Amino acid sequence: MSTTTELTLRAQEMIPAPDIEYGQLAPVLIVIGAAVVGVLIEAFVPRRARYTAQALLAGLALASAFAAVVGLAAAGRATTEAGLVAMGALAVDGPALFLQGVILLVSLVALLTFAERRLDPRAHGRHVDSFAAEGAAVPGGEGEKAAVRAGFTTTEVYPLLLFAVGGMLVFPAANDLLTLFIALEVFSLPLYVLCALARRKRLMSQEAALKYFLLGAFSSAFLLFGIALLYGYAGSVKYADIASVIADTNRGTTEALAGTTGNDVLLLIGGALLVMGLLFKVGAVPFHMWTPDVYQGAPTPVTGFMAAATKVAAFGALLRLLYVVLPGLTWDWRPVMWGVAIVSMLAGAVIAITQTDVKRLLAYSSIAHAGFILAGVIAATPSGISSVLFYLAAYSFVTLGAFAVVTLVRDAGGEATHLSKWAGLGRRSPLVAAVFAVFLLAFAGIPLTSGFAGKFAVFKAAAEGGAGALVVVGVIASAIAAFFYIRVIVLMFFSEPKVEGPSVAVPSPLTTTAIAVGVAVTLVLGVAPQYFLDLASQAGVFAR
Amino acid sequence: METLIGLLVAAPLLGAAVLLCGGRRLDRTGHWIGTALAAASFLLGAVLFADMLGREAGDRTLSQHLFSWIPVGGFQADVAFRLDQLSMTFVLLITGVGTLIHVYSIGYMEHDERRRRFFGYLNLFLAAMLLLVLADNYLLLYAGWEGVGLASYLLIGFWQHKPSAATAAKKAFIVNRVGDIGLSIAIMIMFTTFGTFAFSPVLESVGETGEGTATAIGLMLLLAACGKSAQVPLQSWLGDAMEGPTPVSALIHAATMVTAGVYLIVRSGAIFDAAPTAQTAVVTVGAVTLLFGAIVGCAKDDIKKVLAGSTMSQIGYMVLAAGLGPIGYAFAIMHLVTHGFFKAGLFLGAGSVMHGMNDEVDMRRYGGLRKYMPITFATFGLGYLAIIGFPGLSGFFSKDKIIEAAFAKGGAEGWILGGAALLGAALTAFYMTRVMLMTFFGEERWRNAPTPSPKEPSVEPAAETGGEYEVPHPHESPKSMTVPMIVLAFGSVFAGGLFSWGEAFVHWLEPVVPFEHGHPPVSALTVTAATVVALLIGVGAAWLQYGRKPVPALAPRGSLLTRAARRDLLQDDFNHVVLVKPGEYLTRGLVYLDHKVVDGAVNGTAAAVGGLSGRSRRIQNGYARSYAVSMLGGAAVLVAATLLMRAV
Repeated sequence: MSTTTELTLRAQEMIPAPDIEYGQLAPVLIVIGAAVVGVLIEAFVPRRARYTAQALLAGLALASAFAAVVGLAAAGRATTEAGLVAMGALAVDGPALFLQGVILLVSLVALLTFAERRLDPRAHGRHVDSFAAEGAAVPGGEGEKAAVRAGFTTTEVYPLLLFAVGGMLVFPAANDLLTLFIALEVFSLPLYVLCALARRKRLMSQEAALKYFLLGAFSSAFLLFGIALLYGYAGSVKYADIASVIADTNRGTTEALAGTTGNDVLLLIGGALLVMGLLFKVGAVPFHMWTPDVYQGAPTPVTGFMAAATKVAAFGALLRLLYVVLPGLTWDWRPVMWGVAIVSMLAGAVIAITQTDVKRLLAYSSIAHAGFILAGVIAATPSGISSVLFYLAAYSFVTLGAFAVVTLVRDAGGEATHLSKWAGLGRRSPLVAAVFAVFLLAFAGIPLTSGFAGKFAVFKAAAEGGAGALVVVGVIASAIAAFFYIRVIVLMFFSEPKVEGPSVAVPSPLTTTAIAVGVAVTLVLGVAPQYFLDLASQAGVFAR
Repeated sequence: METLIGLLVAAPLLGAAVLLCGGRRLDRTGHWIGTALAAASFLLGAVLFADMLGREAGDRTLSQHLFSWIPVGGFQADVAFRLDQLSMTFVLLITGVGTLIHVYSIGYMEHDERRRRFFGYLNLFLAAMLLLVLADNYLLLYAGWEGVGLASYLLIGFWQHKPSAATAAKKAFIVNRVGDIGLSIAIMIMFTTFGTFAFSPVLESVGETGEGTATAIGLMLLLAACGKSAQVPLQSWLGDAMEGPTPVSALIHAATMVTAGVYLIVRSGAIFDAAPTAQTAVVTVGAVTLLFGAIVGCAKDDIKKVLAGSTMSQIGYMVLAAGLGPIGYAFAIMHLVTHGFFKAGLFLGAGSVMHGMNDEVDMRRYGGLRKYMPITFATFGLGYLAIIGFPGLSGFFSKDKIIEAAFAKGGAEGWILGGAALLGAALTAFYMTRVMLMTFFGEERWRNAPTPSPKEPSVEPAAETGGEYEVPHPHESPKSMTVPMIVLAFGSVFAGGLFSWGEAFVHWLEPVVPFEHGHPPVSALTVTAATVVALLIGVGAAWLQYGRKPVPALAPRGSLLTRAARRDLLQDDFNHVVLVKPGEYLTRGLVYLDHKVVDGAVNGTAAAVGGLSGRSRRIQNGYARSYAVSMLGGAAVLVAATLLMRAV
């Protein structure tokens, strides 16, 4: 044996230098890089120029990351060239690229609502946005007053947004459990902070953030414990390894784990806890309790972003987990998910009926929608994957648009979210009310809106996947849900406006564009869904 | 050449779009745009006609496939046109008469501030009617069918400020819906039987499907034809449709749209040939309607309603002929074309009379008008001679052939049908002579104010408006109105002769519409002689009653039959008792059920769900600790359930 070969062998025993495909990681790298630059901007750019610099940087980053996703898809990375990158930590495949594209577009539109500065009345002669002047100041205290007087704005929201987006991009692409966990934390932590930054009703906003943080941390702990158990079961955190152990093709060789490897109890408990951590993020019953409080308390642009993008990322991760890691356990997880889906659909729809606040109403509606999407997940067929992908794309834009409309309806205390104040809105502002009605109809799943196409796709997939009873429950829940969506429409168009009712603020082109995009996507996906359904079904294959 | 076919439809459609979307800025030019596009369509039709004549008889069918309309699995609906001799005939009739009526309307609607819209609707009608006759499959035909229904509705109710017009429009629309259901069911049967609804495959394979299916399709098509062509039992809307402006009555409710039913039956000839029962139904409907319309026409005093009754009756002739099979198809179409000329001319003449008489429609308030309106008198007179079948004029050739064919049906059926057709001819001569005498001859009854009738005060509400009676000043109408009337009069006189010259029309249609010579039990000459005798009896009877004696300005009470005929032979009373009343009771019953049973269940469910909602929202108490507990519980359940699944 020559010296050279000996050296090579020894080198192989050392930790190998990771082999990173930077080109295929471009979307994530661009966004995270821009977020870091954003932090530097906060440190070095004069206060005056920060808003413009941050907003432009964020817009540029999201747009170029989206371009990178499109480029990767065009290069066939979604279909024929799909594979694992970064030493198997991430997957670049159809579902990952599709969801990353959706997340980036949604974030781009959400960015427009973040940057809106025309809605709130000017404070001391300066335009202000929806975010607190200084997040760290005590609500109502001297510090806050001084910050408002000085015209501070929290431009840190842009890097925070970018960090969150970066985490969300990794989340559905993560191909080992540790990457999954890190991505979860990377996007959760900025969201907790963002939730606390409402300019108005700051106490409520901080309460929401604290609740979200506590419960989020709690669920992360479950998730982490689940990861530990799965490692104990398979001796690896890589999806493919775990899957092969489940399939009984490969027993782990680590001696320390020899006693636990292949122990099904570890697998089942670990898998259940992992799934629970993800169900928390999508807001499925019984892990939904945070949703209404956080949706209500967070600044509305953040709520819109969170409701849309988090759901996309978390469902993406859930799909990958169930289809790549746990396909061997389909018969174990399916009945449990059945239960979760049914309870989510019914509870979301039923409790929404008695809500009196628009944001809480939309929160419960999102819980019901989580149930509908779960119905598609349960199908456990390729058409199930593609229907979920389509539903997520359709639903996220409707949600974003609906919350953007909520930011427009205001009275002296800021946004007028109590439903009674929306009475007769259709008489005073027919256009805004009509747009909101479109979104509500889409939520309700009325034909010619994207909501119908999406719901039809998931229910069809679920029925074909043998979950007919689930579809029946889904349709009943849809009928119950239609009641409260249409009740809002009736309230807006067929009741007398209140004398002291709210006014509709005239937004800048930013929010107008965001809402217009929402309406356009809703109608296009509703009237001509076939192209996008085809796109989703092409993107419906996971790399392993 | 094929590409021109689509343009036939596109030109008036473009006109409709421009006129209806263009807004007020087109108010001054709109009628010219509408007329120009109608004329353009006619010219296109003429070019295509010339081209068609230049080709061999068997090689004359053109088709154009525009695009796939609804491609869903095995369900293929194309937007495809088919221009053969039959549709060509219709194209020329529709665009030709249509253009003339556009020109006429320029003068007739001059003082109407919504004239632009009127022309928009007229163009819309032309487009829809052309689509109907050019369609290559039943589904596209259905689209045109509904389109003409819509245009007809819009135009009948054009003077929407009059409640009577609005009601008449609604009535026409609703009665037509009944027929439309027939057409849609027929199309559905076709699709389930043949898997397609294109003309050629359906008509070629209908013979092999068995008589039951063919009969079902045929009866449904007949129902459709009854609705659109105002045949018994769906005839009741046509009389009321006269509420529309007179050019509309001329174009849509006389010359073109109402003949769509005849087109449908002739186009679907193969289906009826395979279904003798359906054919019997067709001839029965035709024969009954031709007498029904004629009887109603004899009793009416409103000039337009007489013409409406007459239209019904003449279309009855066509339906009768179409039901006779190959011995009648060609004559049905021939009568349709000649009728298009003379009936349009008669309506325009009636419009011209009304125009000069302060919009009076009661013939008892006319009289002696020939001196004041010589052109109208001449053209109306020629139309009159044509419709009664005066030898040598258009109506004579076409109607005589139908009567011959009816006798040629053979057996008792032939005698009954032929007799009915002969009786109809006599009645036609009677009521048309009556119109002629009451309008253009006799004393000038319009010079004196009408005396309101104590018994029937609501007969003529127009006469009661205003305190002072304004004596009309009858005058000839402007050129834009008289020229179309003159052109149509030429058609009324010569078309029939031209068509019959060496059976030119029959041979022209023969490649697409099968033809056989009928053999009546008596010689053709005898039938013709009988027709002329019937004609003379009718004219003579009318002259005895309305020519020799002065016409009373107030309608006499009349016999039971007369009074029934004045009420359209009680058609509305019949519909009211047989259809409307039970419908109302049914609705009331359903509403009651809905309130008590359905709403009770619905409201109960809603209350239950609402209560559940109110209770479950209390779980959401706002404490993070209780949320955490619920998560913990959820996780426990999740884990337990997963393990349990494995254990089971």
